[in-house]
Amino acid sequence: MTTYYTKDHEWIRIEGSTATVGVSEHAQEQLGDVVYVELPEVGRAVRAGEQVAIVESVKAASEVYSPVSGKIVAANQALADNPGLVNEDAEGGAWFFKIELADPAELANLMNTEAYREYLATLS
Amino acid sequence: MSELLRTPLFELHRELGAKLVPFAGHELPLHYPDGILAEHRWCRDKAALFDVSHMGQIVVRGADAAAALERLVPGDIRGLAPGRARYTLFTDDAGGILDDLIVTNGGDHLTLVVNAACKSDDIAHLREHLEPVCRVEPLDDRALLALQGPAAATVLARLAPECVALRFMQAAELELAGLRCRVSRTGYTGEDGFEISVPADRAAKVARTLLAAEEVRPAGLGARDSLRLEAGLCLYGHDIDRTTSPVEAGLAWTVGKRRREEGGFPGAARILRELREGPARRLVGLRPEGRAPAREGTEIVVEGAVVGRVTSGGFGPSVGGPIAMGYVAAAHAAPDTPVLVRIRGREEPARIVSLPFVPHRYAR
Repeated sequence: MTTYYTKDHEWIRIEGSTATVGVSEHAQEQLGDVVYVELPEVGRAVRAGEQVAIVESVKAASEVYSPVSGKIVAANQALADNPGLVNEDAEGGAWFFKIELADPAELANLMNTEAYREYLATLS
Repeated sequence: MSELLRTPLFELHRELGAKLVPFAGHELPLHYPDGILAEHRWCRDKAALFDVSHMGQIVVRGADAAAALERLVPGDIRGLAPGRARYTLFTDDAGGILDDLIVTNGGDHLTLVVNAACKSDDIAHLREHLEPVCRVEPLDDRALLALQGPAAATVLARLAPECVALRFMQAAELELAGLRCRVSRTGYTGEDGFEISVPADRAAKVARTLLAAEEVRPAGLGARDSLRLEAGLCLYGHDIDRTTSPVEAGLAWTVGKRRREEGGFPGAARILRELREGPARRLVGLRPEGRAPAREGTEIVVEGAVVGRVTSGGFGPSVGGPIAMGYVAAAHAAPDTPVLVRIRGREEPARIVSLPFVPHRYAR
């Protein structure tokens, strides 16, 4: 399993032709206490870079974009019931949705863990 | 953009690991490592220490300072006894609100605490109308600390036992760790608590002394906002401003009885008319039924028509769900009225509720 990251701080973990997407540990820290998550509908077709979810902290609402094009095949209902999970386990149990990849070549546009770490360093 | 100002507690905030943000021209803690939710809850359970040194502290001196100030506010200031504090408003000739403030009768002077963003306008306004009969003295060399929460009195009493004699909206000069401070039993959280005005060069020492108590933790602007929203307290520039009148904002109680009879304050014509006939719109509480917060600017809809907008909205940690305040046409302002709030294009059900969301626990 390979994990990639976007400049908007989503992570995507590839498992064959499907992938799991969430927000990064860095995003979680920046957001602060998460109080609301709005998830995409299962079955929805999305394009890379399209806004698919909302995550709201006490401070503000932020958009979550799909790192790749494809069809949403699952949404993590646990987040709707317990948004604070994003703070507890951003890159694990607090995944947002699973997506069936339309074009695996799009992954070339994303950062691997090391590149993301370097990118974060440029932000601070 | 001009340089951000730092309060006398800036170094302490850094030491405590605060996330600092620009606010009203100052660099202030949004939150500390505990985070907004934990700081909010700590204030409701124990006691939180806020740095509110950015707020303007102004002394007005002169014979009949109270009568002079009454020309600018609808509150009863002449009737304010020494050692008492009162919430009031600077109004303009159209009946809008220029700022909200706390006035304290200090015996031979009045002390005003005003919003940071309005401070320079307020000082100019006071000088224009009160000088030379009164002297207007900004207290630039003082910090302001707010110790808020059910344990505040216990903690402060260890340093100044006399503080427990103060009741809500009373003030006194007390010795705190060997230092004379102006202490008032006031705040912006809905909880019991104190606001402590201290000389700037001693503020960090007083703050450290208070933080040394196991009941006290620091809290930032984030928790201050969620606490005041739950308490149904207006935030200037959001819930009240020049376009809103005191009556619309649910602040008719700040218009003194004598002032209602005599008038003689800016905007009296409109404000007294709205007191008699009711305002066209009212500030109300809103409880969205879903979990999505209705933020500032959210449209409030009844039967397809926009009847108002949210002026403050977010998550209420003690309420455990989204809460908001906003203006709606008077016909829709009754508690329990069902409305819709337009969040990201979707209309979500919500209900008008009476304020506050969390009952006040002042030491009356």
